[in-house]
Amino acid sequence: MSLIKYILRIADSSLIEGQRLSEWCSKGPTLEEDIAMSNIALDLFGQANGFLEYASKIDKKKSPDDFAFKRDEGDFYNLKISEQPNGHFGTTMVKLFFSSTYRYLLYEELSSSNDETISALSLKSIKEVKYHLKHSKSWIIRLGDGTKESNNKVQQSLNTLWEFTGEYFEEDSIDLEMKKNGIGLTKSLENKWKDIVIDTLNKAKLEVPKSTYMQTGGKQGLHTEYLGKILTEMQSIPRKYPDAKW
Amino acid sequence: MQSGEIKKIWELLDTIPDPEIPVISVVELGVIRDIKFVNNKYKISITPTYSGCPAVKTFQDDIKICLTKNKITNFEIVLTYFPAWTTEWMSEKAKNKLLKYGISPPSDVIICPQCKSTSTTMVSEFGATACKSFHKCNDCLEPFEYFKCI
Repeated sequence: MSLIKYILRIADSSLIEGQRLSEWCSKGPTLEEDIAMSNIALDLFGQANGFLEYASKIDKKKSPDDFAFKRDEGDFYNLKISEQPNGHFGTTMVKLFFSSTYRYLLYEELSSSNDETISALSLKSIKEVKYHLKHSKSWIIRLGDGTKESNNKVQQSLNTLWEFTGEYFEEDSIDLEMKKNGIGLTKSLENKWKDIVIDTLNKAKLEVPKSTYMQTGGKQGLHTEYLGKILTEMQSIPRKYPDAKW
Repeated sequence: MQSGEIKKIWELLDTIPDPEIPVISVVELGVIRDIKFVNNKYKISITPTYSGCPAVKTFQDDIKICLTKNKITNFEIVLTYFPAWTTEWMSEKAKNKLLKYGISPPSDVIICPQCKSTSTTMVSEFGATACKSFHKCNDCLEPFEYFKCI
């Protein structure tokens, strides 16, 4: 049971973030960026699917699609940052940069998990996340070290989203259990995450937000008002036509 | 008998084109990892290039159609993630075919498929499919796609 929940947390954060990012499809600021964001969203769906397939091997009554389309808000365990609105392009890039940095470090650690499937999926995913990180990081530097207006806007996005970054490093009883069995993270990613983020913000001439208030709850199924709306859209077809086949 | 049949399956699969890049086969691309005879069935292991690659479903359907057409029905397709697919599994033959087709093959040196210049600029890290990035040649100025090394 704990293992399933641990897997769903990883899968859900990728799935919801992918769904959010895909809202940019056909609305990107340039054609190249539109394609980039859609490609990253697709990678995230693929990664989520791998983990959902694993969850459905453990809980044989549910298919990966059942997990994605037949769960309600309270049964989703994604981090709250993944459900936050896209805002303007800079906000989306800040979110992607924070999450890609986290995901890169997460998969790097989980590559040596005692659980063979988690390790294999992490080794696969990290190759893709490397590109997401490179891409979002370069945008943070371009926008931060760009014009006064782009710097101001990204600084505001950073300040608004900062309170959602504490969730990356939270440890509850499930994390501790996975840690004990050598399945989950064996050490906190916080220092490494901060090193990459602070180094990038310095290069981008942006300030590291000082606020220490942090949001919590996503991993336990407590969400902000946005998740319900995302699910309403994402699940609308399977809910309207249950068990419809392609 | 079975080893002869396995060789035949490899040959049949080598005739299935990649759905996005039809000049190379799924075997040349390196997504067919293994074919074994287990419990009276041919177990065909395939691996996705990228986790979200939409071509994976098409690979599976194409393999099913191809084998069934050739009267091989006792097979199952298994999706494996380990070891993760890498561009190193792509054969030299396939890389040459890519270049001829107009896609710069995965390599440390990016070559313009039009004029073979190595002076190129990246336009975007992401191309029309997850596996490619978008570039421009500094000599002939033509845009082209490059198959990313992963």
